[in-house]
Amino acid sequence: MKTEYSIITENLTKKFDDFTAVDGINLKIRKGQIYGLLGPNGAGKSTTIRMICGVLTPTKGKGEVLGLDLYSQAEDIRQNIGYMSQRFSLYEDLTVLENLSFYASIYSLTRGEKKERIAELIKMAGLEGKEKRLAGQLSGGWKQRLALGCALIHKPKLLILDEPTAGVDPVSRRIFWELIYQLANQGITILVTTHYMDEAESCDEVSFIFKGKILAKGTPEELIESKNANNLEDVFISYVEEQTGQKVKTSFNDMRFICNRKEGRKK
Amino acid sequence: MSFGRLITIVKKEFIHIKRDKSSLGIAIMMPLVFILIFGYAVNTDVEHIKMAILDQDKTLESRELIQKFASSNYFQPKIYVDNISEIERLLDKGNVKTGLIIPPNFSKDFKRGKSPMVQLIVDGTDPTIARTALQSGVLTGKMYSIKKHESIANKKGNILQGIQEIDVRTRVWYNPNLESNKFTIPGLIGLIMQNVTVMLTAFALVREKERGTIEQLIVTPIRSVELIIGKMIPYIVIGSVDFLIALFLGTYWFNVPIRGNILLLILLGFGFVICALAIGMLISTVASNQLQAMQMTIMIILPSVLLSGFIFPRESMPLIIQKAGYLIPLTYFLEILRGIILKGIGIDYLLKEIIILIIMGTLLLTIASIRFKKKLD
Repeated sequence: MKTEYSIITENLTKKFDDFTAVDGINLKIRKGQIYGLLGPNGAGKSTTIRMICGVLTPTKGKGEVLGLDLYSQAEDIRQNIGYMSQRFSLYEDLTVLENLSFYASIYSLTRGEKKERIAELIKMAGLEGKEKRLAGQLSGGWKQRLALGCALIHKPKLLILDEPTAGVDPVSRRIFWELIYQLANQGITILVTTHYMDEAESCDEVSFIFKGKILAKGTPEELIESKNANNLEDVFISYVEEQTGQKVKTSFNDMRFICNRKEGRKK
Repeated sequence: MSFGRLITIVKKEFIHIKRDKSSLGIAIMMPLVFILIFGYAVNTDVEHIKMAILDQDKTLESRELIQKFASSNYFQPKIYVDNISEIERLLDKGNVKTGLIIPPNFSKDFKRGKSPMVQLIVDGTDPTIARTALQSGVLTGKMYSIKKHESIANKKGNILQGIQEIDVRTRVWYNPNLESNKFTIPGLIGLIMQNVTVMLTAFALVREKERGTIEQLIVTPIRSVELIIGKMIPYIVIGSVDFLIALFLGTYWFNVPIRGNILLLILLGFGFVICALAIGMLISTVASNQLQAMQMTIMIILPSVLLSGFIFPRESMPLIIQKAGYLIPLTYFLEILRGIILKGIGIDYLLKEIIILIIMGTLLLTIASIRFKKKLD
């Protein structure tokens, strides 16, 4: 059991006063998987992730991360996971090198390890020649890869990414996902939230979260098949429609007419 | 606690301070600007009160009396007028703060051996000025009157049968010339230290909350104590530098020499900086953004100016307000500052204050550490 799964949660729940942000979520994430949490804004994706990282205390439920208990072994969990929050939490007034070296020291890397690891990560993120730049002066894609570097500095076994590609251009998004695949191939488990469906289809397994509950889970192929749909987006929309009893009018195909009108205007 | 992680935080904090020119500027300029402004502005020594004069007698004696008022240095006879309504007008306009009316039979009364009457009108809007004017006005009048009676009696060959008064010989200790600077400057040193350190540390942790970097820190193995102490150390250094700047300016610019042991003063100053930092840290664990932190800082600074005895004597405050002053660390540090700088007293007289400050500092730090739980909720 312990060797097979990186994350197990049972009935994980978080309430903020009267509002239930996460309502009894059960997850089983295998080692070495890329696992996607999908759902609209405010569905409870980030809250779930924050509980798994130990940033928030769950109101109810059990959890094990890397075989460690979510409540009693939170500090041990922290030493072994890498986390990248929604807004790349970098020190903008520190340089690329200073940011990396700060986190390296926080994770108590030795001088030798630190030097080697920083060189590796700068190469991985393609930040060569930008070491002395302030993090705040980097563009979105570079910032994102630097934040990833900071999260990986201590060679974590589990990497947790909260909307890592929000506000990043398509080219940088692609480079980023290539990095994610490389990491997964090295045996690192990756838990990622997203609302880009192409990213979701790249995951080994996904869960749809809506209003704090998991509506469906499985591999992207299974889900598409079960709903007899063309892609994950249609699956996603059909689940939301089932729940709310309302038709979501602006699916991607329905929105094509906007493009047609644009072309019409050009002529 | 890991020493390595602590040093890492300290280093990072120093880089922040180095790159943020405006807070570095505040840290260094605030003690300079404050001590210069306050040093000159908070001055309760009232001198040269402007005076309008209605001299209806116009004799040698009346001119002598006016001269006495002028040479007392408290008054500055400025405008001579012809009627009472003119005095009223000048007081209304605020051109003068006092008016002296000498009646027509002033010198005649002297010569007849009677006590002549003059009237001193005082603008009471500012009690400090009014009190000084009343006291020195009455005193000047009495002195002149005694001298005049003596000389008239001497001329006539009589010995004046004066009333035998108790001869009170006064001696003022610690500040013999009653210069208000000697009272203000030591207090100011404490106030500046408190303000700079509380404000800078209050922002230190809040900034991480605002920029979201705190979330990243929480998932690292760092401990709250390491984070809090690591963040404080750079500001302890800054606070101590500010203390020395203020002390230096006070001694050499405003001539308030330190009578007691300077090493003891510096040691206790260092201790107070830690106390002020703990207040700042506490604020930053409560506030969720920099605006809130600023408002809370003002909420701390303002009462401490008024209740600590920095300007107004605590003895004259109602009991409840006096008691409230005991909750403010600055109150005790002011006792220490004034004790060492003006009275030159040693540690044996200040034990109570020192112990209370240590207790307060420890308490505040503990609360700040507990409140910062390394969680977002």
